[in-house]
Amino acid sequence: MSFNNLDTLYRQVIMDHYKNPRNRGSIEGNPMTVDMNNPTCGDRIQLQLLVDDGIVKDAKFDGEGCSISLSSASMMTQAIKGKPVDEALKMSELFSDLMQGKDIDEGDVDLGDIEALQGVSKFPARIKCATLAWKAMEKGVDVEKED
Amino acid sequence: MDVKAVRDEFPILHQEVNGHPLVYLDSSATSQKPIKVIEKLDEYYRGYNSNVHRGVHTLGTRATDEYEGAREKVRRFINASSTQEVIFTRGTTTAINTVAASYGRANLREGDEVVITPMEHHSNIIPWQQIVKETGATLKYIPLQSDGTILLEDVQKTVTSKTKIVAVMHVSNVLGTINPVKEIAQIAHNQGAVMLVDGAQSAPHMKIDVQDLDADFYAFSGHKMCGPTGIGVLYGKKALLEKMEPVEFGGEMIDFVNLYDSTWKELPWKFEGGTPIIAGAVGLGAAIDFLTDIGLDEIKEHEEKLASYAMQEMNKVDGMTIYGPEHRAGLVTFNLSDVHPHDLATVLDAEGIAVRAGHHCAQPLMRWLEVSATARASFYLYNNEEDIDRLVAGLKTTKEYFGDVF
Repeated sequence: MSFNNLDTLYRQVIMDHYKNPRNRGSIEGNPMTVDMNNPTCGDRIQLQLLVDDGIVKDAKFDGEGCSISLSSASMMTQAIKGKPVDEALKMSELFSDLMQGKDIDEGDVDLGDIEALQGVSKFPARIKCATLAWKAMEKGVDVEKED
Repeated sequence: MDVKAVRDEFPILHQEVNGHPLVYLDSSATSQKPIKVIEKLDEYYRGYNSNVHRGVHTLGTRATDEYEGAREKVRRFINASSTQEVIFTRGTTTAINTVAASYGRANLREGDEVVITPMEHHSNIIPWQQIVKETGATLKYIPLQSDGTILLEDVQKTVTSKTKIVAVMHVSNVLGTINPVKEIAQIAHNQGAVMLVDGAQSAPHMKIDVQDLDADFYAFSGHKMCGPTGIGVLYGKKALLEKMEPVEFGGEMIDFVNLYDSTWKELPWKFEGGTPIIAGAVGLGAAIDFLTDIGLDEIKEHEEKLASYAMQEMNKVDGMTIYGPEHRAGLVTFNLSDVHPHDLATVLDAEGIAVRAGHHCAQPLMRWLEVSATARASFYLYNNEEDIDRLVAGLKTTKEYFGDVF
């Protein structure tokens, strides 16, 4: 049989992040911690962020979920680490557009591996898997800003 | 039972999904609808759509006759002693919430207990959580055996003289466990408690006799038994319902309305505030005719055969974990190696096979099983062995596809 259609979803780079997640674990000390879950399917992520002087110094995640939600979390933490908070939020916006199947203008932002998730937009039932980690990041940054 | 003839009654089954003939294995979530139900809804809206219980006109009379006729069909279907005991609701959830909000609020006090099980659907957990918070009563759980069944001696130990309500699902939507609700009702009654049975997964699949079960309340949904969405039933014993206050107030349910006070209609209408779900009830009546013509015993036997065939074939797939007891209703909940159920369901969908993936509205049960999610294949009268063969082939494809990952 042909896996062509599925291959647009499960790109090799996604499976690599799923199998070897980057930044999985927790940050020592007193990082900002966000717990988020997807009540319709049971996916659960804990994201920890260390933001200093407007820069994301460190980002780690842990949780349970499918290949799409966990690989997305892995890629997200990799992408935002070392970046200014504003840039991380810009990436989140671009990612949301990507999931809605819109053409995106990356500008100065480099999404890197994340673009591999573009195929998710063709599987509407899976979009919320991919956006879970990003929503957690937005929430964490929001709380940081208020402090 | 002639499955081929049954399948011909369901237009939706005869289509391709993602280039493959559809295999629908998600009937525990919602069942498909036979042409007779679809045509009945069409007939209602084209022929005699009208409000009930108020028109002098011809259409209003016809709509009322059909609506109340559907109530009589439900009465016979569950062997209630009177149509006064059959209340139309939006579904099982609304039915259970009605009992919690009306009977629960009026009868629970601090120190009282409500007893349920950890396998309940969220709709038979949360209404009780909320009402015990409000009344100061306590929520207690009957423990589960490792195969997902409950022992009557555990029911004996959990239900005490302080217990006022026992609420248990008849058939588990995850484990397929068929609970001994008749025996549980007896234990509840011995302690002076009332018994609510969540029949969402039983009424569509087996003959129900509420008098034989001696259930005080029995709740089920139309859409899981070939009927339309948005219609369900709350059965309650007349003596209890008569003492209960309505939870929704407005049109339809009133007798006299004064400026500062009002009185209610008699049963069952006092619980049906607002314009009722007329088309839904009429459609449910047609679904009951359809199921009764085939025979609930035949349907049950067919599904049990499918479930045991499915377990036998699925167990041949490497890395298969099946949850729940050996003897079960027509569904199989499982996990395949480390493939997440979402990923599994996506691969199966690409093969035209519809299964459910997630926590199945039973988060406490998922924690008891120590999994975050599971996949579920559920069967109904229109499924056949070929559907299961396709599922098993799809599971092998899934293993093949994710093989290099795990």
